[in-house]
Amino acid sequence: MNNPPDVSQDPKEYEEYAHGIQKHVRGYLMVGALLLTFTAITVALSYVDFGTRKANISIAMLVAMLKAGAVAAVFMHLAAEKRLIYRILIFTGFFVLGLFWLIFLAWYDYPVFR
Amino acid sequence: MEIPYTVSTRPDTGLWNAKIGIWLFLASEVMLFGALFSAYIFLRIDAAPGTWPHGLLNVPVGTMNTAILILSSVTVVLAWAALKMRRYRAYWWYMLATITCGVIFLTVKLAYEWPQKFEHFGAYIKPEALAKYEQYLGNERRIEKGFEPRIEITGHLHSQNAKEYEVALDPVNADPDNPVMDRPHFFPLPVTDKIATIEKADVQRATMFLPTHSAYFASYFTITGLHGLHVLGGVIVFIYMWLPVSKKLYQRNPEHLANRVEVSGLFWHFVDLVWIFVFPLFYLL
Repeated sequence: MNNPPDVSQDPKEYEEYAHGIQKHVRGYLMVGALLLTFTAITVALSYVDFGTRKANISIAMLVAMLKAGAVAAVFMHLAAEKRLIYRILIFTGFFVLGLFWLIFLAWYDYPVFR
Repeated sequence: MEIPYTVSTRPDTGLWNAKIGIWLFLASEVMLFGALFSAYIFLRIDAAPGTWPHGLLNVPVGTMNTAILILSSVTVVLAWAALKMRRYRAYWWYMLATITCGVIFLTVKLAYEWPQKFEHFGAYIKPEALAKYEQYLGNERRIEKGFEPRIEITGHLHSQNAKEYEVALDPVNADPDNPVMDRPHFFPLPVTDKIATIEKADVQRATMFLPTHSAYFASYFTITGLHGLHVLGGVIVFIYMWLPVSKKLYQRNPEHLANRVEVSGLFWHFVDLVWIFVFPLFYLL
């Protein structure tokens, strides 16, 4: 979903613009409804036994990532942003993944993980 | 002095300055919460069997708070869209709805969820005394079924003296062999009127449900506390943008106010995004 363009002072163009924004508003409402639905799904799935707790956690995190993706793409307008924002986020992603990787490095220090 | 690029975009980046600013700030926030979440993962993986609690939080209340936060994310983006369409009245109402959602979220957390935990009591039993409290723990059946043994007796602290605790038991300890107690309940079951006497000599550690109770509550209070501070910060900013002072900015330069709402909205969506992970990790899993 692209970001709405800036408003025009021309009355004719404004009408077209307002119509365009209305379309975005419908999109925001749909994503909101989707997020609420997925919240209910997350709660329901947590009471289903998928065999191991690891499986339950993985499924819940998958749903959480879908929800987070929808918030980031639509509400935070990341589906269509300028290149500089993506560059900032690539660096952030790299460092935060590095941070989580440290936990896996600790695998070799603590026998309990193995 | 005129601050450049608050409304118009810089020719080299194609962005107005506050937008780059908020994304750099959010990048630092990702690292902050990333560090706390990695600590959570570390503590959880390292927890000894039976020591990571399940079902201690109120799931319906947590679900309601999640829905409120999602709803506020929708209203803040609608407030921004209303400004873009130059509909100040609609913007005002959407902003009021966002503020209300934020205040409800904080009130539920600070006036209901947290105090409820502070009133709850747990006593970890020493390994050598576990058999003595079998009637409250039901470990023989649990081990037979391949479940982790219970090592804690929880409920409301009825009274205590130098030698003993008297605890009004949670249903899980009042009826430990009931298979219904093997999994957490969606609607929390109230504390029973069955009283257990626990000798202090048999207790390894006893505390209310405070950060000192366990790694679980330490990480719960730290992460939800920091998240709550973010909600509070967002609400304060939104209140400023909802007050008449912002109407003056709207009359002078509506696009400037729309940009301010956009960057504060980005912050708010990030707060929502963090909660999307907090909710299942602490309430459900």
